[in-house]
Amino acid sequence: MDIRNDFPMLKKGIIYFDNGATTFKPQMVIDSIVDYYSNYCANAHRGDYNISLKTDMMYENARKKVKDFINAKYVEEIVFTSGATESLNMIAKSYFSNILSDGDEVLLTKAEHASNILPWFSIKEKKDIDIKYMELNENYELTIESVISSITDKTRVISIAHVTNVVGDVRPIKKICEIAHKKNILVVVDGSQSVPHMSVDVQDLDCDFLVFSGHKMCGPTGIGVLYAKKEYLEEFVPYNLGGGMNANFLNNGEVEYKSLPHRLEAGTPNISGAIGLGVAIDYLTGLNMDMIREYELKLKKYLVKKLKENKNIEIYNETTDSGIIAFNIKNVFSQDTAIYLNDYNICVRAGNHCAKILKDEINIKNTCRISLYFYNTKEELDKLISVLSNCDDLYNQII
Amino acid sequence: MDNNKRREIILDNFNNPINRGLKYDDNYVKINTNNESCIDELNFELKIDNGKIVDLVFDGEACAISTASASIMIKILLNKTVDEAIKICKNYENMINGNDYDKDLLSLATVFDNISGQASRKKCALLSWNGILKYLEEYKKNNS
Repeated sequence: MDIRNDFPMLKKGIIYFDNGATTFKPQMVIDSIVDYYSNYCANAHRGDYNISLKTDMMYENARKKVKDFINAKYVEEIVFTSGATESLNMIAKSYFSNILSDGDEVLLTKAEHASNILPWFSIKEKKDIDIKYMELNENYELTIESVISSITDKTRVISIAHVTNVVGDVRPIKKICEIAHKKNILVVVDGSQSVPHMSVDVQDLDCDFLVFSGHKMCGPTGIGVLYAKKEYLEEFVPYNLGGGMNANFLNNGEVEYKSLPHRLEAGTPNISGAIGLGVAIDYLTGLNMDMIREYELKLKKYLVKKLKENKNIEIYNETTDSGIIAFNIKNVFSQDTAIYLNDYNICVRAGNHCAKILKDEINIKNTCRISLYFYNTKEELDKLISVLSNCDDLYNQII
Repeated sequence: MDNNKRREIILDNFNNPINRGLKYDDNYVKINTNNESCIDELNFELKIDNGKIVDLVFDGEACAISTASASIMIKILLNKTVDEAIKICKNYENMINGNDYDKDLLSLATVFDNISGQASRKKCALLSWNGILKYLEEYKKNNS
């Protein structure tokens, strides 16, 4: 496949199956960062000189690319953050901690990433809110029925991953938003594992908030996005105060903030990161998000079929509709499996994948996770399948 | 040590570790070891009598190296005084970190003498020993 030539990291002789953690970068993303630092390195929104104007234009252009990529209605609805984690913290601290009252309920699931649980815990430290977990079905998936039965008169917000990072189920966000909005419940969507892998249209889904990270979608680390409907974003109280976010201030303490989105981006932003993310979006759009999804599902289907032929392998999420496969070799600790695969230059993640309370549902604390991306190939899967089929002697090999 | 012998000892201690299973006895202190950078989690229960380690048991979920090193550690530390045990643990840490150490003090634990070159396995080999050493040093401070 030609696209593999676009990625310097794919020429290192390793098979990389940890794309849920981070992804490799195409040369054009790397070049765009070098270009900024080499050719027009200046601050954004500041100078009246050419390179600063160019920086400003490139930074705001990246915002426009994000807006188009997720089909937001207004460009002001796109805030650059350091990643999905910061975006979720901002949503909790700058917005929900102000609007939630004692007795209000927040609905999560036990399959959520730590970043979509701990910020809600932090609100609970100050206000007497209830954090409830919607039940998952026997395949560890969230169903519409479970959402409906979890909602009460006290429910104010549902905060869930679009695609979960261990089980990989795709949640019916559009339907959930429809149900929630009828009861004036807001919906926060963690798109970290969906936006890189499928078309996500915030207007079609009608979600109120969406977060995602650049590095999981071929972009640089340290850049992410907070999308919120304008009416809610207007109510965010900035928790970072300083340069770049104020329009004016007086010595008596009076401060006038800038308009959206800049008042939520205090300090010099991650300019190279935003530019790199914009180029990653160009790259993904060029490949076509629907084709990416279709290809990854085909790979997963093939891998599941082959792994099921191996009696030593237990798969936890064979039915879910994304490129994530959680498994263990029977009677082998997941980390030992990862170390065994590393001996063959195959990178997989072992552990709880930051979903530390999922064990309450799955009864297995640690798994090996394969998370695929469009640059993985059937040949790479065949290599993995072959290495796993010779795993009888695993412990003799790794020690 | 030749690699086959090394493997045999490690696998034996992994497959049949000594003193696996907690006592839930109030005469024991509980020591939880987990490592921020790895997923192993082992719990120990330790009984000290007259400054001597009279019992040490463990349980938990961990990789082969962690489990085997816990078992070997228990074999070595049983019936040692707290002072002796501290010395042995420090010596073991030195070995794993690639520093000078006294081979004679470590006996069976020298099966891990090649770990210092394997960054990814060091934390596994150190997990139990670090946890116990930390407790023993506190114990010594409080009882001296």
